[in-house]
Amino acid sequence: MFTPVTTHVCIVPIMSLPRTLLGLLDPQPAHGYDLKRSYDQHFGGDKPLAYGQVYAALARMLGNGLVEVAGVEPGDGPDRKRYAITDAGVTELHTWLGTPEPPAAYLQSTLYTKVVLAVLTGTDPHDLLDTQRAAHLAEMRVLTRRKQGGDLATQLVCDHALLHLEADLRWLELTATRIEALKTTVAR
Amino acid sequence: MSAVLEAEGLMKAFGPTAALRGAALAVEAGEIVAIVGASGSGKSTLLHCLAGIVRPDAGTVRYRGTDVTRMSDGDRSRLRRTEFGFVFQFGHLVPELTCLENVALPLRLAGVRRRDAEARARDWLDRVQVEQVAASLPGEVSGGQAQRVAVARALVGDPSVVFADEPTGALDSLNGERVLQLLTSAARRSGAAVLLVTHEARVAAYSDREVTVRDGVTRDLRVPA
Repeated sequence: MFTPVTTHVCIVPIMSLPRTLLGLLDPQPAHGYDLKRSYDQHFGGDKPLAYGQVYAALARMLGNGLVEVAGVEPGDGPDRKRYAITDAGVTELHTWLGTPEPPAAYLQSTLYTKVVLAVLTGTDPHDLLDTQRAAHLAEMRVLTRRKQGGDLATQLVCDHALLHLEADLRWLELTATRIEALKTTVAR
Repeated sequence: MSAVLEAEGLMKAFGPTAALRGAALAVEAGEIVAIVGASGSGKSTLLHCLAGIVRPDAGTVRYRGTDVTRMSDGDRSRLRRTEFGFVFQFGHLVPELTCLENVALPLRLAGVRRRDAEARARDWLDRVQVEQVAASLPGEVSGGQAQRVAVARALVGDPSVVFADEPTGALDSLNGERVLQLLTSAARRSGAAVLLVTHEARVAAYSDREVTVRDGVTRDLRVPA
């Protein structure tokens, strides 16, 4: 059975976690605990960051010279380290912020492949497109409901997802109008 | 649940052009249904037939079991006034009346006394968060405010069905969303069904389900179980 899947459980891809932490350290030094709390507040979505991820990222950045230990404070448990961003860290952060993300070009779309195969096998491509449209719209309903009950951050994240799904839907609509031309092309 | 509004086998041609070729649709009380389709697909003609504005060449439209297509023009007009609400793309507010008077208009036409009608209209302007434009003429307010006034006017008479034809088509994204949220949440609270004609997926996403119109034929789009 089809169930709409809302995938944005965690806003920040794991690849950009170290740079995100650099950004959170930029205004002032912070403990690992503070970083985790700040991260969860801004980017956590449904999935709070694990402490292990924070300390693993900090350890890597210490090794790379992007952060440094600005102080150690004794506590009940292990000593608490306060981390600060270094000049190299600031450079890394601002280089990343100034670099555009590669625009995703879906040139190997499974959906496109399915449409061509539907034409080749004599299956009605309109059925396929309608079914996909219904699935996309089901997901868009989930996001719309989530957005209506959410704070501004949730609204912005949901808008991003909604606009991408809408782009897919426009492709589905356009393709539906070109099925006859595609049949002619595929039959050659 | 039984359908509050149900159409079967609708046919409608304008001269040699067939707009509807056997369209069918059923909407239950409190349900929000999006009618989507490309320009010229027949979706607006379908809406007009369902609302009793246009009489189909063939087929039936039943409102709570009564065939609307067999009603006299006067009865259909009364039905639209008392049971239905309308929101159009450009508001269609009466330019000579204030926003408050526009919202009160359906009640006044139904015979409600001015003071009562305007009290209810003011309450609705408050609900759609434009109480500050009550004394303004439609030409003096923004497009987003005018469309909220239109939403208030559509719902003030406590209709069973609201027909919304591209209600956000003339608004920017943010204003469009606010109008949609107000329309759908107010309709859900009052239990009114909404038929929402749109070509935009983000608008259709506010509905409970979607019916597509292609070449005058309807298709109920559902994800296979």
